Amino acid sequence: MDWDLALILLVDGLANGSVYLLAGIGLVLIFSVTRVLFVPFGDIAAFAALTLAAFEAGRLPATVGMVATLAALATLAETWRLLRIGEHRRLGRALVGWGLLPLLPCAVAWGVVESQAPGWLQILATLLLVLPIIPLVARLTLQPIADASVLVLLMVSLVLHFLLSGLGLLFFGAEGSRTKPLTSLNWEVVAGFTVGGQTLLMVAAALLLSALFYLAFEYTVIGKALRATAVNRVGARLVGIRPAQTALLAYCGASLLAGLIGVLVAPTTTMYYDSGFIIGLRAFIAAIIGALTSYPLTAVGALAVGIFESFASFWSGALKDAIVFGLLIPVLILRSYMALHVDDEIEELDE
Amino acid sequence: MNKRVNTFLVALLVATIAVLPAMIGSFGTALMNDIGVSTLVVLGLVMLTGTGGATSFGQAAFVGIAAYATGWLTTTQDLSPWLGLLFALFLTGAAALAIGMLTLHLGGHYLPLSTIAWGLSIPLLFGNIAALGSNTGLANIPPLQIGPWSLMEAKTIYYLIWPVVGLAFLFSYNLMNSRAGRAIRSLRGGATLLGSVGADAYRVRLWLFVTAAQLAAIAGWLYAHMNRFVSPSAFNLRASIEYLLMAIAGGVGHLAGALFGSGVVLLLKNKVQDALQILSSNGARLEIIVFGIVFILLLHFARGGAMGLIARWSARRKTPSAPALADDGTPPLPRRPLPTRGSEILRVEHALKRFGGLVAVNDVSFTVNAGEIVGLIGPNGAGKSTLFNLVTGAAPVSGGTIAFCGRDITHLPQRRIARLGMARTFQHVNLRPNMSVLDSVALGAHARGSAGMLRGGLSLDRREEHQIMAEAWRQLARVGLAERAGERAGSLPLGWQRILEIARALAADPILLVLDEPAAGLRKQEKAALAELLRGLRSEGITILIVEHDMDFVMKLVDRLVVMNFGSMLLQDSPAVVRADPRVQSAYLGSVL
Amino acid sequence: MSAMLEITDLHVAYGRVEAVRGVSLSLQPGQIVSVIGPNGAGKTTLMAAAMGLLPSTGSLRFEGEDLRRLDVEARVERGMCLVPEGRELFGTMSVQDNLLLGAYTRHRRGAPKQALSSVFERFPRLAERRRQRASTLSGGERQMLALGRALMAMPRLLLLDEPSLGLAPLIVRDILHIVRDLRAEGVSILLVEQNARAALEISDHGYVLETGEVVVAGPSATLANDPRVQAIYLGGDPETD
Repeated sequence: MDWDLALILLVDGLANGSVYLLAGIGLVLIFSVTRVLFVPFGDIAAFAALTLAAFEAGRLPATVGMVATLAALATLAETWRLLRIGEHRRLGRALVGWGLLPLLPCAVAWGVVESQAPGWLQILATLLLVLPIIPLVARLTLQPIADASVLVLLMVSLVLHFLLSGLGLLFFGAEGSRTKPLTSLNWEVVAGFTVGGQTLLMVAAALLLSALFYLAFEYTVIGKALRATAVNRVGARLVGIRPAQTALLAYCGASLLAGLIGVLVAPTTTMYYDSGFIIGLRAFIAAIIGALTSYPLTAVGALAVGIFESFASFWSGALKDAIVFGLLIPVLILRSYMALHVDDEIEELDE
Repeated sequence: MNKRVNTFLVALLVATIAVLPAMIGSFGTALMNDIGVSTLVVLGLVMLTGTGGATSFGQAAFVGIAAYATGWLTTTQDLSPWLGLLFALFLTGAAALAIGMLTLHLGGHYLPLSTIAWGLSIPLLFGNIAALGSNTGLANIPPLQIGPWSLMEAKTIYYLIWPVVGLAFLFSYNLMNSRAGRAIRSLRGGATLLGSVGADAYRVRLWLFVTAAQLAAIAGWLYAHMNRFVSPSAFNLRASIEYLLMAIAGGVGHLAGALFGSGVVLLLKNKVQDALQILSSNGARLEIIVFGIVFILLLHFARGGAMGLIARWSARRKTPSAPALADDGTPPLPRRPLPTRGSEILRVEHALKRFGGLVAVNDVSFTVNAGEIVGLIGPNGAGKSTLFNLVTGAAPVSGGTIAFCGRDITHLPQRRIARLGMARTFQHVNLRPNMSVLDSVALGAHARGSAGMLRGGLSLDRREEHQIMAEAWRQLARVGLAERAGERAGSLPLGWQRILEIARALAADPILLVLDEPAAGLRKQEKAALAELLRGLRSEGITILIVEHDMDFVMKLVDRLVVMNFGSMLLQDSPAVVRADPRVQSAYLGSVL
Repeated sequence: MSAMLEITDLHVAYGRVEAVRGVSLSLQPGQIVSVIGPNGAGKTTLMAAAMGLLPSTGSLRFEGEDLRRLDVEARVERGMCLVPEGRELFGTMSVQDNLLLGAYTRHRRGAPKQALSSVFERFPRLAERRRQRASTLSGGERQMLALGRALMAMPRLLLLDEPSLGLAPLIVRDILHIVRDLRAEGVSILLVEQNARAALEISDHGYVLETGEVVVAGPSATLANDPRVQAIYLGGDPETD
């Protein structure tokens, strides 16, 4: 392998790594606050890509139907819960929060299609439309058992991936699409070696969002409340932080990240309803490198996975995925040995 | 459940299965074959996940290894499927052993995550190896042949699959009710519980993992020769999750749940496919939505599965009793000689324990002599429990030495110390709530037997098992719990649970009994009964070291007291002297400001 | 005037094991009430149930309001604050962040700046270490931080669970002095302590818990000289001592 090729692979790996970095932040955000390993993260990113493609084609994205269905189900679930505990007074708020609020982006989407809005508005509408998906899905499937063991939550989350990919097929169909490039600029670093604008955009987005998240966690009350919930749930409750509220915030943040990933990835490859899984899994490895709690380590892990993948695909395109997932085992072993070895009780499944 | 009713139900089930193909046609028989093959996989999963507490999200990968092994051997090498079975078992076993050795040390949720890793990677490998037919797989796998009979038809292989399923159940049932099975059923209590009876949790889990993989291997072998075709998609993560769904739907805590779960899920799947085909052109692929919703509902509302519901319903009706053991002349388990009364059996010298910068136990020295009860007391946070863990080997020492019966045990693992004759109880009662009282005690005699999983499963351990059960009965009678032998350990009141733990410790035939706050949370009468029992044990020559916070209880019981405060030893003397000591009074009651 | 805290016939169970059996207790505004008793008596369980961390049966009233329908967070909003036995600090966050989060429920209602400076005044050590991670503090400093974090919420009722646990006698004295100062400032306090003598010394009223039940109760001064209390702690028969 010569240096030119290595450089190309490296840049390629960094671009991939940036995507995994964003996804990794989302996974760590959800896990640290809710103890849920959100496996279907990538599926949501794929939905975002397909949504943007629909906007570009001048169609109303199927996401509208999906969000509306989820909102209706979530409203039903919330109404049922409130009636059962006898809190009739909070019904109105629940109706607005779970029923009407998620429908706003649907209206925006309709407006964008009708007015044939420009590309940047389509992107904005895509992000808005994807934003309610994770919170709604979580409200239906994860929030009712928020106190279950990590293992049960992991099972639900795994099943959720299959459920969502089924829903993806139902709503978006089996055909894939690819969106217009976000930029056609190229940057010639040295003679004969150009870096695509799309790559730069991915790296820039990863840098910018990491910085934004850092600032929010360090300097805002809400960011601190999120961290506090992650560090010590009981402590957080004792100062009046409701885990359900921080969880909702974390899900919203993750949904936004998933939307961004979809928009960034959509122009680089043809996306299908189930293309997101692989992205999610690779980010997953990054998040585990960060012990599912550390953002900086997750970022390092994401870039490492991206570069590793890029070189692995050069050596053996066919076995690339098996190699990348196989990487998880040494990472886990390393993590487990580094973790303080407590003889934690094995989590109960039944009961 | 009543034994006679049980036997009848099993006989009825066997008879039904035997005549079923004649009644349901070839399509139904093929479905039954699928159910049988799945049942084998799920049976392993129930033992591994439900009983052993190690969740596998990759069990289909083992089915795949076996199916590909036999498929490759019989198509490309033209060898007999029966050799294929051996090859499949060997390859799957080796893979499970390697994966298990790599991953079963992982703590917390890292273990289930690692199963996702290999559950994904292994099918991906199948799909990318040209010799295994890449993504198209291997076709034209020969059917099985028994003598002149070819098992090509669904109706014929049926009569191989279901007897195999029956044998697998018999094996698993025997295994669960053997010495190894009791250790497996205790895995969820943590490594310290197993270590305290002289067992190695990691090894138990490893062999359980291999056993579950072997069941998957038999299923994979049957699958390959039944369908005569293998491709990677049958063994991917989704297939693994389906097996897990079957296990949870049936009830992960009961062997019968495997049969029930695979039956219900596959029948349902069949019906749903039919229904969806009418609804939509994408029908077959939309079943995943139904499947996902059902699974999530199960996890929300019925994590115990169908068998969990049945068990809860039948438990409400009666209290089970344990069958008494007939004396058939088998000699009792050999006992170890007790040291002569008054000789030194435990010597702790300059014991030190640091946690980071904090010194929890600071230079503590004391001895315990045979035949006495020594109390280790001190206020909350004095370091008693830490010292307890150092003595029993549950935590490593930072400095100093500990000798037991003249042997240096400072750096021995917990299970080795237990095997030397030191038995312990737990401050937070560590019993498996669903195990019977009798089995809980029999677990204590683990180190006095030797039968492994294979001997247990094949029922070749009868003599030893008889000895262990006789010992368990003896200890139950000794502590006065024989009448409740058949009840669930978790259904006893706390006082009896603590006494049950002592019976478990006694079943190890200990020289030294180390008790961790046995009186905590007990009522007055319960404390009195406990004290009576301990005095009785002392008169039988057993030495007792007791860590206790309850002064009233301990003062009336012990010969000598070691008092700790802030990690150091305050003094050691007789109860009367200790009680009068102003330092002890201020350590306990605090001092006036 | 209704009591600050009124607990009537409270039962708390872990599965089949009942840790608190029918405890009744009442605390008037401006009082320190201490709950003492040996290990495993159910003191910590009682506190957790009062705060809503554990489900319980029986009646719990705070300033006359039924607490049963309020979750932990709502009780904090009402003016109750628990300093738990395990401290439950945010270990990887700075001392100052820990304190600021203590005022989480009051962020909408004005600046916690003033509360912060008053906590720093009370605990100068915390001011020195404001940038340090909470996990690097010593045992005594952690207890101060836990107490400081609770005070940031401006509670009317403070539930203190074993504030002296694992601390050297001098620090225990400091902490209990602060508890006494707080009462002077109008905060009511429910104090669970193992250090019985000190607890009875600073409290107005005391309850002695044994195996989940109140066995002796009364004014603290009376309890301090009650031979039954000593017997419960050190064993022996009170009649013959």
